[in-house]
Amino acid sequence: MNFLYAAYTATWIIHITYLTILVRRYKRLRQKIEQLGKE
Amino acid sequence: MKRFFPILAVLTAVLLSYALYQALVAAPTDQLQGDVYRIIYYHVPSAWTAFLFFTINFVASVLYLIRRNLKADAVAVAAAEVGVVFCTVVLITGPLWARPVWGIWWTWDIRLTSTLVLWLIYVSYLILRRFSSGSQTPVLAAALAIFGALDVPLVYFSIWFFRTQHPQPVIGDGGSMDPRMLHVLLLSWAAFLCFGFLVFWSRYRLEVLQRQLEDAQAQESLLEARSS
Repeated sequence: MNFLYAAYTATWIIHITYLTILVRRYKRLRQKIEQLGKE
Repeated sequence: MKRFFPILAVLTAVLLSYALYQALVAAPTDQLQGDVYRIIYYHVPSAWTAFLFFTINFVASVLYLIRRNLKADAVAVAAAEVGVVFCTVVLITGPLWARPVWGIWWTWDIRLTSTLVLWLIYVSYLILRRFSSGSQTPVLAAALAIFGALDVPLVYFSIWFFRTQHPQPVIGDGGSMDPRMLHVLLLSWAAFLCFGFLVFWSRYRLEVLQRQLEDAQAQESLLEARSS
Protein backbone atom coordinates (compact mmCIF):
# COMPACT_ATOMS: atom_id res chain seq x y z
CA MET A 1 0.00 0.00 0.00
CA ASN A 2 2.94 2.34 0.66
CA PHE A 3 3.95 2.25 -3.02
CA LEU A 4 0.37 2.98 -4.06
CA TYR A 5 0.10 6.03 -1.81
CA ALA A 6 3.59 7.16 -2.82
CA ALA A 7 2.59 7.03 -6.50
CA TYR A 8 -0.65 8.97 -5.96
CA THR A 9 1.07 11.52 -3.73
CA ALA A 10 3.96 11.97 -6.20
CA THR A 11 1.47 12.53 -9.04
CA TRP A 12 -0.27 15.35 -7.18
CA ILE A 13 2.99 16.88 -5.97
CA ILE A 14 4.14 17.09 -9.63
CA HIS A 15 0.84 18.64 -10.80
CA ILE A 16 0.57 21.08 -7.89
CA THR A 17 4.21 22.15 -8.30
CA TYR A 18 3.60 22.84 -12.00
CA LEU A 19 0.39 24.77 -11.24
CA THR A 20 2.28 26.84 -8.64
CA ILE A 21 4.97 27.64 -11.23
CA LEU A 22 2.25 28.72 -13.70
CA VAL A 23 0.56 30.97 -11.12
CA ARG A 24 3.93 32.59 -10.24
CA ARG A 25 4.75 33.17 -13.90
CA TYR A 26 1.29 34.72 -14.42
CA LYS A 27 1.73 37.06 -11.41
CA ARG A 28 5.17 38.14 -12.64
CA LEU A 29 3.73 38.83 -16.09
CA ARG A 30 0.86 40.87 -14.62
CA GLN A 31 3.38 42.96 -12.68
CA LYS A 32 5.41 43.60 -15.82
CA ILE A 33 2.27 44.56 -17.78
CA GLU A 34 1.24 46.98 -15.00
CA GLN A 35 4.74 48.50 -14.95
CA LEU A 36 4.68 48.96 -18.70
CA GLY A 37 1.26 50.61 -18.42
CA LYS A 38 2.58 53.09 -15.81
CA GLU A 39 5.63 53.97 -17.92
CA MET B 1 -13.50 30.04 -22.75
CA LYS B 2 -12.74 32.65 -20.05
CA ARG B 3 -16.38 32.60 -18.87
CA PHE B 4 -16.57 28.79 -18.76
CA PHE B 5 -13.16 28.28 -17.16
CA PRO B 6 -14.31 28.40 -13.48
CA ILE B 7 -17.25 26.05 -14.23
CA LEU B 8 -14.95 23.62 -16.06
CA ALA B 9 -12.44 23.82 -13.21
CA VAL B 10 -15.11 22.88 -10.65
CA LEU B 11 -16.41 20.04 -12.87
CA THR B 12 -12.84 18.75 -13.33
CA ALA B 13 -12.22 18.83 -9.57
CA VAL B 14 -15.44 16.83 -8.99
CA LEU B 15 -14.48 14.35 -11.73
CA LEU B 16 -10.94 13.92 -10.34
CA SER B 17 -12.30 13.34 -6.81
CA TYR B 18 -14.83 10.79 -8.09
CA ALA B 19 -12.13 9.03 -10.15
CA LEU B 20 -9.86 8.95 -7.09
CA TYR B 21 -12.64 7.35 -5.01
CA GLN B 22 -13.32 4.80 -7.78
CA ALA B 23 -9.61 4.01 -8.14
CA LEU B 24 -8.85 3.59 -4.44
CA VAL B 25 -12.13 2.19 -3.09
CA ALA B 26 -14.65 1.03 -5.69
CA ALA B 27 -12.40 -0.79 -8.18
CA PRO B 28 -11.90 -4.50 -7.38
CA THR B 29 -8.52 -5.64 -6.02
CA ASP B 30 -6.24 -7.56 -8.40
CA GLN B 31 -5.82 -11.19 -7.32
CA LEU B 32 -2.13 -11.38 -8.25
CA GLN B 33 -0.78 -7.91 -7.50
CA GLY B 34 -3.07 -6.81 -4.68
CA ASP B 35 -3.78 -3.12 -4.19
CA VAL B 36 -0.55 -1.88 -5.75
CA TYR B 37 -2.04 -2.51 -9.21
CA ARG B 38 -4.24 0.59 -8.57
CA ILE B 39 -1.23 2.69 -9.63
CA ILE B 40 -2.42 1.83 -13.17
CA TYR B 41 -5.31 4.32 -12.71
CA TYR B 42 -2.81 7.18 -12.57
CA HIS B 43 0.05 5.71 -14.62
CA VAL B 44 -1.83 4.70 -17.80
CA PRO B 45 -4.12 7.78 -18.11
CA SER B 46 -1.09 10.02 -17.57
CA ALA B 47 0.73 8.20 -20.39
CA TRP B 48 -2.24 8.53 -22.77
CA THR B 49 -2.62 12.21 -21.89
CA ALA B 50 1.12 12.83 -22.44
CA PHE B 51 0.90 11.11 -25.87
CA LEU B 52 -2.07 13.29 -26.77
CA PHE B 53 -0.26 16.52 -25.89
CA PHE B 54 2.87 15.43 -27.75
CA THR B 55 0.65 14.75 -30.77
CA ILE B 56 -0.88 18.23 -30.43
CA ASN B 57 2.67 19.62 -30.24
CA PHE B 58 3.55 17.71 -33.44
CA VAL B 59 0.50 18.98 -35.39
CA ALA B 60 1.05 22.57 -34.18
CA SER B 61 4.78 22.37 -35.07
CA VAL B 62 4.00 21.15 -38.60
CA LEU B 63 1.42 23.94 -38.96
CA TYR B 64 4.00 26.47 -37.81
CA LEU B 65 6.59 25.20 -40.28
CA ILE B 66 4.10 25.37 -43.17
CA ARG B 67 2.29 28.63 -42.39
CA ARG B 68 4.55 30.39 -39.84
CA ASN B 69 1.43 30.75 -37.70
CA LEU B 70 2.41 32.24 -34.30
CA LYS B 71 -0.69 30.86 -32.57
CA ALA B 72 0.32 27.37 -33.68
CA ASP B 73 3.77 27.98 -32.20
CA ALA B 74 2.22 29.06 -28.88
CA VAL B 75 0.02 25.92 -28.91
CA ALA B 76 3.15 23.80 -29.56
CA VAL B 77 5.00 25.28 -26.57
CA ALA B 78 2.03 24.87 -24.22
CA ALA B 79 1.34 21.29 -25.38
CA ALA B 80 5.00 20.26 -24.99
CA GLU B 81 5.17 21.63 -21.45
CA VAL B 82 1.93 19.93 -20.31
CA GLY B 83 3.02 16.72 -22.08
CA VAL B 84 6.34 16.73 -20.19
CA VAL B 85 4.48 17.14 -16.86
CA PHE B 86 2.30 14.10 -17.59
CA CYS B 87 5.29 12.12 -18.90
CA THR B 88 7.13 12.90 -15.65
CA VAL B 89 4.19 11.38 -13.75
CA VAL B 90 4.51 8.26 -15.94
CA LEU B 91 8.25 7.96 -15.22
CA ILE B 92 7.72 8.36 -11.46
CA THR B 93 4.66 6.11 -11.02
CA GLY B 94 6.08 3.35 -13.26
CA PRO B 95 9.05 2.48 -11.00
CA LEU B 96 6.80 2.81 -7.92
CA TRP B 97 4.67 0.03 -9.43
CA ALA B 98 7.65 -1.99 -10.74
CA ARG B 99 9.47 -2.20 -7.37
CA PRO B 100 6.84 -4.30 -5.54
CA VAL B 101 5.71 -6.25 -8.66
CA TRP B 102 8.97 -6.90 -10.56
CA GLY B 103 11.34 -6.51 -7.59
CA ILE B 104 13.32 -3.77 -9.39
CA TRP B 105 12.81 -0.04 -9.84
CA TRP B 106 13.97 0.13 -13.46
CA THR B 107 15.12 -2.04 -16.35
CA TRP B 108 16.48 -0.94 -19.74
CA ASP B 109 13.49 -2.45 -21.50
CA ILE B 110 12.35 -0.97 -24.87
CA ARG B 111 9.10 0.51 -23.47
CA LEU B 112 10.78 2.10 -20.46
CA THR B 113 13.84 3.30 -22.36
CA SER B 114 11.84 4.79 -25.26
CA THR B 115 9.61 6.61 -22.74
CA LEU B 116 12.69 8.06 -21.03
CA VAL B 117 14.07 9.11 -24.44
CA LEU B 118 10.71 10.73 -25.27
CA TRP B 119 10.82 12.70 -22.02
CA LEU B 120 14.43 13.77 -22.68
CA ILE B 121 13.58 14.94 -26.23
CA TYR B 122 10.74 17.15 -24.99
CA VAL B 123 12.79 18.45 -22.05
CA SER B 124 15.43 19.43 -24.66
CA TYR B 125 12.65 21.12 -26.64
CA LEU B 126 11.63 23.15 -23.59
CA ILE B 127 15.26 24.04 -22.76
CA LEU B 128 15.70 25.23 -26.36
CA ARG B 129 12.55 27.38 -26.07
CA ARG B 130 13.61 28.76 -22.70
CA PHE B 131 17.24 29.66 -23.31
CA SER B 132 17.46 30.44 -27.03
CA SER B 133 16.11 33.80 -28.16
CA GLY B 134 17.08 33.88 -31.84
CA SER B 135 14.52 34.32 -34.60
CA GLN B 136 15.21 30.76 -35.78
CA THR B 137 14.34 29.22 -32.39
CA PRO B 138 10.69 28.37 -33.23
CA VAL B 139 11.82 26.71 -36.50
CA LEU B 140 14.52 24.65 -34.77
CA ALA B 141 12.10 23.73 -31.98
CA ALA B 142 9.43 22.69 -34.50
CA ALA B 143 11.96 20.44 -36.26
CA LEU B 144 12.97 18.91 -32.92
CA ALA B 145 9.29 18.39 -32.09
CA ILE B 146 8.82 16.40 -35.30
CA PHE B 147 11.71 14.08 -34.34
CA GLY B 148 10.26 13.79 -30.83
CA ALA B 149 6.86 12.85 -32.20
CA LEU B 150 8.44 9.92 -34.09
CA ASP B 151 9.19 8.38 -30.70
CA VAL B 152 5.51 8.43 -29.62
CA PRO B 153 4.42 5.50 -31.87
CA LEU B 154 7.63 3.66 -30.94
CA VAL B 155 6.75 3.95 -27.25
CA TYR B 156 3.11 2.98 -27.83
CA PHE B 157 3.68 0.02 -30.15
CA SER B 158 6.92 -1.25 -28.59
CA ILE B 159 5.03 -3.81 -26.49
CA TRP B 160 3.55 -5.32 -29.68
CA PHE B 161 6.73 -5.40 -31.75
CA PHE B 162 9.42 -6.25 -29.18
CA ARG B 163 9.88 -8.68 -26.34
CA THR B 164 9.39 -6.58 -23.26
CA GLN B 165 8.96 -6.89 -19.53
CA HIS B 166 6.26 -4.21 -19.55
CA PRO B 167 2.66 -5.52 -19.21
CA GLN B 168 0.73 -6.06 -22.44
CA PRO B 169 -2.03 -3.63 -23.54
CA VAL B 170 -5.00 -3.40 -21.17
CA ILE B 171 -7.54 -2.39 -23.82
CA GLY B 172 -8.05 -3.15 -27.51
CA ASP B 173 -7.10 -6.43 -29.19
CA GLY B 174 -4.58 -7.64 -26.63
CA GLY B 175 -6.53 -6.42 -23.58
CA SER B 176 -8.09 -8.76 -21.06
CA MET B 177 -9.03 -6.34 -18.30
CA ASP B 178 -11.99 -6.83 -15.99
CA PRO B 179 -14.81 -4.52 -17.27
CA ARG B 180 -15.13 -2.91 -13.79
CA MET B 181 -11.42 -2.08 -13.80
CA LEU B 182 -11.63 -0.83 -17.40
CA HIS B 183 -14.53 1.46 -16.45
CA VAL B 184 -12.44 3.06 -13.66
CA LEU B 185 -9.43 3.36 -15.98
CA LEU B 186 -11.46 5.20 -18.62
CA LEU B 187 -13.08 7.40 -15.97
CA SER B 188 -9.65 8.26 -14.62
CA TRP B 189 -8.46 9.10 -18.13
CA ALA B 190 -11.47 11.38 -18.71
CA ALA B 191 -10.66 13.19 -15.44
CA PHE B 192 -6.98 13.63 -16.34
CA LEU B 193 -7.90 14.71 -19.86
CA CYS B 194 -10.15 17.49 -18.51
CA PHE B 195 -7.47 18.53 -16.03
CA GLY B 196 -4.81 18.44 -18.75
CA PHE B 197 -6.85 20.65 -21.07
CA LEU B 198 -7.48 23.21 -18.32
CA VAL B 199 -3.76 23.38 -17.56
CA PHE B 200 -2.97 23.49 -21.29
CA TRP B 201 -5.40 26.38 -21.84
CA SER B 202 -3.88 28.32 -18.92
CA ARG B 203 -0.38 27.73 -20.28
CA TYR B 204 -1.46 28.79 -23.77
CA ARG B 205 -2.96 32.04 -22.43
CA LEU B 206 0.24 32.69 -20.49
CA GLU B 207 2.32 32.17 -23.65
CA VAL B 208 0.11 34.56 -25.65
CA LEU B 209 0.31 37.22 -22.89
CA GLN B 210 4.09 36.78 -22.67
CA ARG B 211 4.44 37.35 -26.42
CA GLN B 212 2.18 40.41 -26.32
CA LEU B 213 4.30 41.85 -23.52
CA GLU B 214 7.53 41.18 -25.45
CA ASP B 215 6.05 42.92 -28.52
CA ALA B 216 4.97 45.92 -26.41
CA GLN B 217 8.44 46.14 -24.80
CA ALA B 218 10.11 45.94 -28.22
CA GLN B 219 7.87 48.73 -29.56
CA GLU B 220 8.59 50.87 -26.51
CA SER B 221 12.34 50.52 -26.84
CA LEU B 222 12.06 51.30 -30.57
CA LEU B 223 10.15 54.50 -29.78
CA GLU B 224 12.74 55.43 -27.14
CA ALA B 225 15.57 54.85 -29.62
CA ARG B 226 13.85 57.03 -32.23
CA SER B 227 13.18 59.90 -29.83
CA SER B 228 16.76 60.00 -28.45
